[in-house]
Amino acid sequence: MEYQAKELFAKHGVPVTLGTVIEKPEDAPKAAGDLGGKVVVKAQVKVGGRGKAGGVKLAGDPAEAEAKAGEILGMDIKGHTVRRVLLAPAADIRDEYYFSFLIDRANRNYLCIASVEGGVEIEVTAEENPDAVAKVSIDPDKGLDDAKVDEIVTATRFPAEVADQAKDVIRKLYEVFVEEDASLVEVNPLVKLGDGSLEALDGKVTLDANADFRHEDHAKFEIAEEADPLEAAAKEKNLNYVKLDGSVGIIGNGAGLVMSTLDVVAYAGERYGDVKPANFLDIGGGASAQVMADGLNIIVGDPQVKSVFVNVFGGITACDEVANGIVQALEMLGDSADKPLVVRLDGNNVAEGRRILDEADHPLVELAETMDGGADRAAEVAAQVAKA
Amino acid sequence: MSIFLTENSKVVVQGMTGSEGMKHTRRMLASGTNIVGGVNPKKAGQTVDVDGQDIAVYGSVADAMSSTGADVSVVFVPAAFTKAAIVEAVDAGMPLVVVITEGVPVHDTAEAFAYAQKHGKTRIIGPNCPGLISPGKSNAGIIPADITKAGNIGLVSKSGTLTYQMMYELRDFGFTTCVGIGGDPIIGTTHIDCLQAFQDDPDTDAIVMIGEIGGDAEERAAAYIKDNVTKPVVGYVAGFTAPEGKTMGHAGAIVSGSSGTAQAKKEALEAVGVKVGKTPSETAQLMKDMLAKS
Repeated sequence: MEYQAKELFAKHGVPVTLGTVIEKPEDAPKAAGDLGGKVVVKAQVKVGGRGKAGGVKLAGDPAEAEAKAGEILGMDIKGHTVRRVLLAPAADIRDEYYFSFLIDRANRNYLCIASVEGGVEIEVTAEENPDAVAKVSIDPDKGLDDAKVDEIVTATRFPAEVADQAKDVIRKLYEVFVEEDASLVEVNPLVKLGDGSLEALDGKVTLDANADFRHEDHAKFEIAEEADPLEAAAKEKNLNYVKLDGSVGIIGNGAGLVMSTLDVVAYAGERYGDVKPANFLDIGGGASAQVMADGLNIIVGDPQVKSVFVNVFGGITACDEVANGIVQALEMLGDSADKPLVVRLDGNNVAEGRRILDEADHPLVELAETMDGGADRAAEVAAQVAKA
Repeated sequence: MSIFLTENSKVVVQGMTGSEGMKHTRRMLASGTNIVGGVNPKKAGQTVDVDGQDIAVYGSVADAMSSTGADVSVVFVPAAFTKAAIVEAVDAGMPLVVVITEGVPVHDTAEAFAYAQKHGKTRIIGPNCPGLISPGKSNAGIIPADITKAGNIGLVSKSGTLTYQMMYELRDFGFTTCVGIGGDPIIGTTHIDCLQAFQDDPDTDAIVMIGEIGGDAEERAAAYIKDNVTKPVVGYVAGFTAPEGKTMGHAGAIVSGSSGTAQAKKEALEAVGVKVGKTPSETAQLMKDMLAKS
């Protein structure tokens, strides 16, 4: 979110006005007063386009700031409830630019995208006036040297009077990009103020979770109450879970196979009145009974779930271990596991795995021969349960 | 023949003495891989007994190469040290480095890849991948060896378990080589690299390509197929039901706005004549039908 990006900008010396974040309208008058009275009240949400959605409003004095904060707090912007607003002093804007660093997947290097036409979405500028968008590749091994900074400034056509300041800001933003392990650092707009100075008026930073091990301070950027409660519970158990809207709970091993399982369930679900998957859950390579229990526990805790499809291909994991995991997980969960399970096992030690499940003969568990067959059955069961 | 990995490949394991390294060294040996050594600077000079075979531990990749003639390295070191492990292998001139480690920061991968491009001829596969197997010849990584056999299909995939699923579905036909390239935003070897190698491999008759949401690697692969691949290709793309803006397990598997969708990838592949299955099984069936006709 904007205020978090600004904290990272400030840490690396990028010119920025932090402003004050509030969660209650009644805190607005004092905050606005401290900031000089006339402020911009900005919704803090993870999605773009909040200005158009009415999430950014100008307030002429502290009383108006309270009124505007009251209007914006609680507002829904593209499915995100506004829980915080940022109050920032109204800036005397003379010019607006766009600037970003990002990971270029296709070319496997870094890319700088910049434009002297800021304040609008860069995709729009790229569409309407592609000549105004500069793209400069950066060699990750070499980094950003002076020649590269000059190249960016020239390609962007920053006006001469801000060129030197722009160079400084560019170096500092690159520091944010590399030192904070960001996959995206975006400033939009980067503004020229009345006194001729540059300031990052709004920005976005996407951090690479894989690098969390070397950034203890990044944990504070995760705001627990913003996450779906089931996703938060899964995260606590180190499970890779994404909540979706359907009724067939999914457990599988390996990200690709689980994604594929969601698709196959949705595809089969078309035959049963558009039954859809309820979640993505990858229990990874080593599916111990505990991991299976943790996963099942999250899924049965989702009131939308009507049936569960467990789809495991035993590569490294042996199917007998998975089968034992399922049996033990159901024992651990006891009565709280009350949803029918369709289980498809294939691969390593599959015969033994199926034998274990046959022998356990759990009333909720049904074995499927194939992935497509299992998906179809799980969708059918979900549709039946929903009707009953 | 096969691609990248043959019966003559001599494999060293960076991070062999760790728990994952040991487990998979054992599995690779069991599937016939010629493992000639491990690398761990703290245990240089020791030998490790792996199921009755003594495997020497070297202090560096360079030492391991000069002592054994190794030409493939499989990397199991923890994510925090993976970049250094790749750079070390590149500096030693290792021809093929297979990076199994998951959770590698994308800046580290970007830097290591850029370094490799400049300082040597090393091919990197991965990171965050299951590695590659040329069934019956050699297995470098964590792909199960006993679910398929040698044959004439080439397989390239972003996903580990979907690789296994497809190997298993087509086990009666078999494979020259199966390559799991990994699902991270930046990877050392792409679909295109593998398509090119399979096209050039005289023993590969047909190719299965598995992709997933995120980025535009599949679209670029489609453009490559149009101009360069004459062998039949069938495809599968995972993630049609993935919501926008959510990472689906793999760090690179994310739909951003309207880009990176499974639908766009499927259409791009179909536009160049690649048959794309709706499910992994249907994809395997497309390949079976194609092979039955030829």
